[in-house]
Amino acid sequence: MVICFLIHTVCPVNALSAGESRILYSRSFGPETGDGRDFTSEQKRLMQKEKLQIVSRQVRSAVALSREASGNPCAEAVLGEEAMALGEAECGVFSLGNVELFPDRSVVLWLGVQSLAFTLVCRPHENLLLAEGTLRSIARHCLEELRLLGPGSEVLLKSDRVDAMLHRLLPHGQLLFLNHRFAFSLDKEIASYVSK
Amino acid sequence: MYSAPTESLIKQAREIKEDELQKFYGRVFKLLHSKDQGGDTVDSLQRLHLILSATKYSRELPSDLASKLQTVLCSSSSPEQLQLLSSSILREISLSVHSLWSNVSQDSRTISYVASVVLSQAGNKEEVMPVCHHLLKSLESRLSEAQMSKHTLPILSKMISVYPDILTDDQVNVVSRKMVDWLRYASMQQGASVSSGGFFSGQRARQPAPLMEVDGVVTGDFFTVLCVGQSYTEDQWMNMYTFSMIRSWLLTFDAGGTSNAESDDRSEVDSSVMSMVSATSSSSRLLPPKERLREKTFEYCQRLIEQSDRKALKRTDTELQKACIVESVSIMDIICGEDPSYVYRAFPCIKALYGRLNGDLAYSRALIPIAQFYLNHSEMAAVDSEAVFRQLFGHCPAEQFNEPMLAFEFIQFCLLNTSTLQARVTTYRQSFPNLLKLLAWNSPGLISEFVELLPSLVASDTAIELLHTILDLPCLAAALDLQHRSSDRTSWDQQGAKVAACLDAFRQPFYRGLFLYILRPEVGTGDTIDRLRVLHGILADMADSPRVVRCAQVIPVLLHVYFNTVIQISDEKLMNQLMLVLLERSGLLYNIRTFHAEVQRVFSTHLQTLCKLHPSLIVDQSRELLDFVGSPSNIYSKEDFYTHVVWVIGEYLSVSYDTRCSVELITSFFESLEAVLFEITQVRQSASPPSFSPRLITVLMTTLAKLATRSQDLIPRVSLFLSKMRLFARSAPVTACYSEEDSEEIITRAHELINLLKLPNVAQFVLAPSAGGDGPRWHRDTNTSLPQSMRTISTLLHRHSSVLPT
Repeated sequence: MVICFLIHTVCPVNALSAGESRILYSRSFGPETGDGRDFTSEQKRLMQKEKLQIVSRQVRSAVALSREASGNPCAEAVLGEEAMALGEAECGVFSLGNVELFPDRSVVLWLGVQSLAFTLVCRPHENLLLAEGTLRSIARHCLEELRLLGPGSEVLLKSDRVDAMLHRLLPHGQLLFLNHRFAFSLDKEIASYVSK
Repeated sequence: MYSAPTESLIKQAREIKEDELQKFYGRVFKLLHSKDQGGDTVDSLQRLHLILSATKYSRELPSDLASKLQTVLCSSSSPEQLQLLSSSILREISLSVHSLWSNVSQDSRTISYVASVVLSQAGNKEEVMPVCHHLLKSLESRLSEAQMSKHTLPILSKMISVYPDILTDDQVNVVSRKMVDWLRYASMQQGASVSSGGFFSGQRARQPAPLMEVDGVVTGDFFTVLCVGQSYTEDQWMNMYTFSMIRSWLLTFDAGGTSNAESDDRSEVDSSVMSMVSATSSSSRLLPPKERLREKTFEYCQRLIEQSDRKALKRTDTELQKACIVESVSIMDIICGEDPSYVYRAFPCIKALYGRLNGDLAYSRALIPIAQFYLNHSEMAAVDSEAVFRQLFGHCPAEQFNEPMLAFEFIQFCLLNTSTLQARVTTYRQSFPNLLKLLAWNSPGLISEFVELLPSLVASDTAIELLHTILDLPCLAAALDLQHRSSDRTSWDQQGAKVAACLDAFRQPFYRGLFLYILRPEVGTGDTIDRLRVLHGILADMADSPRVVRCAQVIPVLLHVYFNTVIQISDEKLMNQLMLVLLERSGLLYNIRTFHAEVQRVFSTHLQTLCKLHPSLIVDQSRELLDFVGSPSNIYSKEDFYTHVVWVIGEYLSVSYDTRCSVELITSFFESLEAVLFEITQVRQSASPPSFSPRLITVLMTTLAKLATRSQDLIPRVSLFLSKMRLFARSAPVTACYSEEDSEEIITRAHELINLLKLPNVAQFVLAPSAGGDGPRWHRDTNTSLPQSMRTISTLLHRHSSVLPT
């Protein structure tokens, strides 16, 4: 079960202090815990957004450390070179120890593609092989459908495309065992949605 | 990728003025009411979503707009894009879910979008109940799969993950029965393919085509997620959705009866009865729904494991096969845990799988659930698991330390099972050199896990080797980097030029032994090596590489955890060994910036702890300590640690702590320290400014005074020496180097000590209280109480203050 999915920056952003990350897209799947503590829905929303900020900051730092340690020069891919950008992307995982943040020991899986990162927060003891495959598939669709390698702002204005992708590939946070034919079928649906 | 226009768009969305916003709401409302369901409406909804989601503070929509959006969401005649946008907008505002469900269209897509809003807005179980009831009704009725929501199972799975008791027993049985049908009895032929048209298609009757395995062979057994066809039937889709959530379903609803929230007592009885029946699958039709589901899931997993042996034609499918192996083994593990009779059926399958995957590096991640299975069930099945763990701990980390996902899963496996591994798997603790490779390669990512894991690796027979390994972890990081580069000749990065010399050394036979030691997979080849300094020298160029620097940063915390653990299990012999390592390694560390200072600080803390716990260490190690404090060169290279060593000598070298402490011993320490203090405080014309801190002087002075109180013949000597300290503190190089306060402090301390030593018994009390000095007796007994003594001493000191030598 995936708790949330994020697309956020891992490059320096002028308006933000160093180490901060701008979240470009976020989707949380349903309530995380059933304990009906008495927060108003505004408070819950605020807490949720703050939690996502914390996660994105931690991912930013993890991406930076990973790139620094591997020392690989970052080739800048442009529109049309999505496959190459994905091939060069780094992948990593860490666990959120803090119990307050998400259900105990949730796992954060990230994929760093140039100046952006795609992040999944999963419940503990999830099938990480499956999660990684799903994350790569979603990232590939996002890169293509939102033209993320270009300078445009589709990620903000066409966020419904990401919703449509998640609706099919990760319905309600459920990771799916998709062989290439199931995946092809869903890809077709996504393509037909996007073309409208 | 991320550019200024995007950033300014976010800024605009956040800073939109209230009146502009209200006008915008009005426009959106009008557009939604108009017949236009295309460009403009979509555009404005997209902008509305951006405005609402760009800020963390909630905005409120006017109620008419909110209810119009709800209507759009709930009606199946709305185009999908509008439904989707409405659902994402409604998730961003505060909404009461009660109104939402009343007039929802019953088509699959609408149900799913509405459910996503309900699930994110629901505050408690009652609010998701209507959705739950609707889905269950559709499962109970004879609706075909085409008519019920495709996302029924993901939605249900989400609900039970948050509210495990949302389903009653009967409802669980209903769902279980449907899941059995979908898992085991889905159609065996391809779905009717959507005709792609074309000139020659048309009237030809389409025979349903058979399904294939991932390697192209026609499939002969029941449908699973690894069966491939041009298109799928609805129940085959449900097969895929079912398998995707079956593991969490099984975990939530075990055999006992209801969800895990219920008591375990009934489950014991039930499962023991059921286990006899479930042992033979032919009688499975007689089983209650939950047990039948377990049986069918087990068969499904066995089939998946067989299917994973095929060579897939597409890479996606190869990756899926790996994920299926991991999932199947985990599910079989769960099932065997619930019903031990399955263990005998499972083991042949798992053993064969292990045999197949063993040694294939591409499948290392699949070994972990297999190891978990062995750990949980091998005892019960009397199967030997030694080989599995030897492979896991002996080879995995050594060969694939640089794979972050594998490293993470490996460590999680260890963390989950520490007590079992410690108790039953000897190779676990023996393999700490291998385990630490994972940390050395990715220190920031795995340090918090290792802080928890390290105590389980500490054992008295290997503790010293472990300490040396931790201290040389940055060296290990450098060595692993070299090993990685030497096997991967194609990559060249920014570090390439710097490490060329190190790489050459790595390849030379002369240094082979050093690298073989540092890269060893397990304990037993010695605590450390003699030529450690040589190794540090070879790797000097890599001391500022990012990986090594990050590794060095985590060593202090690791050392703290180590010492806190080892002290609890140490006997006298081990403590002596630890002390020796502290003395020896304080000067023998890989030369990374600030690494020496940090490690020294940790050593100083734990030196004090060790000596406090076991003061006779001072006497046991007196020869080494004398050597150590007698060399002024130790001051220049490790002042902080040296200061602490002097301090513990002063504290604990006393007959009250160890009866072997003779006058000769005290005198030899005294003379050694006196000589050092003399050397470093020489007032000469050509003297250079002191390179040590004033604190060293005061500690040395105080320690000498302490030793003198224990062998009172030394008192005149020390008093004479101390009287010369004023000269030292007032000399030109010193006043140039130390602050006014520090110089004053040295002088003041010297005076206090001289005066104190004029009253030897008082001095003895003040400078070297016996071990019971912390006890309440010192405060309650009027003859020995501390306040009384302090008053006495102050008066005495003040009276004598005029008799100071100048």
